[in-house]
Amino acid sequence: MAENTNALGEVAVGAPPGMPQLDIGTFDNQVFWLLITLVAIYFVLSRVALPRIAAILAERQGTITNDIAAAEDLKSQAEAAEAAYDKALADARAEAQRIAGETKAAIQADLDVAIEKADAEIAAKAAESEKAIAEIRAGAMEAVAEVAKDTAQDIVAAMGGTADAAKIAAAVDTRMKG
Amino acid sequence: MADDAKGGGGLEFHPMDQFIVKPLFGDVGDPVHWYTITNATLWLALAVLAIIGLMVLTTSKRAVVPGRGQSIAELMYGFVYKMVEDVTGKDGIKYFPYIMTLFMFILCANFLGLIPMSFTTTSHIAVTAILGFGVFFAVTILGFVKNGASFLGLFWVSSAPLPLRPVLAIIEIISYFVRPVSHSIRLAGNMMAGHAVLKVFAGFAQVAAIAPVAIIGVMAIYGLEVLVSAIQAYVFTILTCVYLKDALHPHH
Amino acid sequence: MEGELAHIGAGLAAIGSGAAAIGVGHVAGNFLAGALRNPSAAAGQTATLFIGIAFAEALGIFSFLVALLLMFAV
Repeated sequence: MAENTNALGEVAVGAPPGMPQLDIGTFDNQVFWLLITLVAIYFVLSRVALPRIAAILAERQGTITNDIAAAEDLKSQAEAAEAAYDKALADARAEAQRIAGETKAAIQADLDVAIEKADAEIAAKAAESEKAIAEIRAGAMEAVAEVAKDTAQDIVAAMGGTADAAKIAAAVDTRMKG
Repeated sequence: MADDAKGGGGLEFHPMDQFIVKPLFGDVGDPVHWYTITNATLWLALAVLAIIGLMVLTTSKRAVVPGRGQSIAELMYGFVYKMVEDVTGKDGIKYFPYIMTLFMFILCANFLGLIPMSFTTTSHIAVTAILGFGVFFAVTILGFVKNGASFLGLFWVSSAPLPLRPVLAIIEIISYFVRPVSHSIRLAGNMMAGHAVLKVFAGFAQVAAIAPVAIIGVMAIYGLEVLVSAIQAYVFTILTCVYLKDALHPHH
Repeated sequence: MEGELAHIGAGLAAIGSGAAAIGVGHVAGNFLAGALRNPSAAAGQTATLFIGIAFAEALGIFSFLVALLLMFAV
């Protein structure tokens, strides 16, 4: 209760009762100064601050765009240089391949000629040898036929017959062929 | 007797004294005329100075690579600009300076009110009612100017079933006219409540036994109030954007 | 007598602040639940979150205002 009278005492001095927010006597004062404040803030912002910040942001955006474009340009240059390098490398590689191929072909040709020559010599030698063998074989066959005829004549004689040399030779020949 | 009551048993709470509007020069009892320079005038002027310091002085160098202050100014600009663009669309951009004015004023006034011994201008119904009703009338007039009579389509929910529409229209009209009231009382009430609670907790510090708890409580509430100050400025601004969107595109 | 009744009424009106707290908790909690389900959509809805919180909180502020009126203005 003492507090209440105290508060009321203050009211008597001049402070508004209860909630200061509901003291209608101060409304016109607050509204007046508030409107001045809002107008001042509006002009400060719309005339000075906001255009300036917008300009700063636009300028930064422009700078960033330019920088990005420059970077793009440099990147494309680097890419072109790389492509040129790659091309030179590929050319050199192809050249090396070509030279290697040519050399290989030349060597192959020489090699083929030599192999052919050797093959021909070998074939000639083999043919000669074969001929010699065939002669020897023919000689041997004749000798065998001779021996066979003689032996047959002797056998016939030994058996007590008269050997007709021509008949025996024909018979041996027939047998040997058969 | 009175001294006893003051010093001993009764705690003294004057949570509402901080909101008293009094002349800056002269005695407390002097009458407050409409032109009188009061503490409200002082803190409104300080809000203007804070905005000039925040938005104009920091950007005076126009640096492409921003410093600390300029970053804050650009952040504020980008934040509100994006909010206006997101909520109202491209055609709301030309009202951006007005919305920025509201946002900066409420934000600076809220934060200045958190300085101990200061006066919170945005805790007064008179101030926030001017803001809220100003937004309400501006948006309503703008809606009729832009859309003519079809602005009334805002209240006629064409997506609802036909029998339901008159009922919905009444609800929409009521909620439309409650907007400025809730818009202004939300801001004033939040600021007033927070500051009154701060004062009440500070009043508990008169008793030595619970003074540490009271001081910790004051610190916690102060942190909450910093958050609430920013959020209320944001909410007031975004609701303004929503109302502006309704005025520009009244069809649901 | 009337003043004391007004104080009781103010206390009753303050219950509304708690109700508003429940409402704000609902809004924020449901937002969080949705945001955890679909985090990519959460960023675009923070404005809606704050609008919802503001509407829920405004009613609590109204009850606080009623309490203040009963305390100081009646």
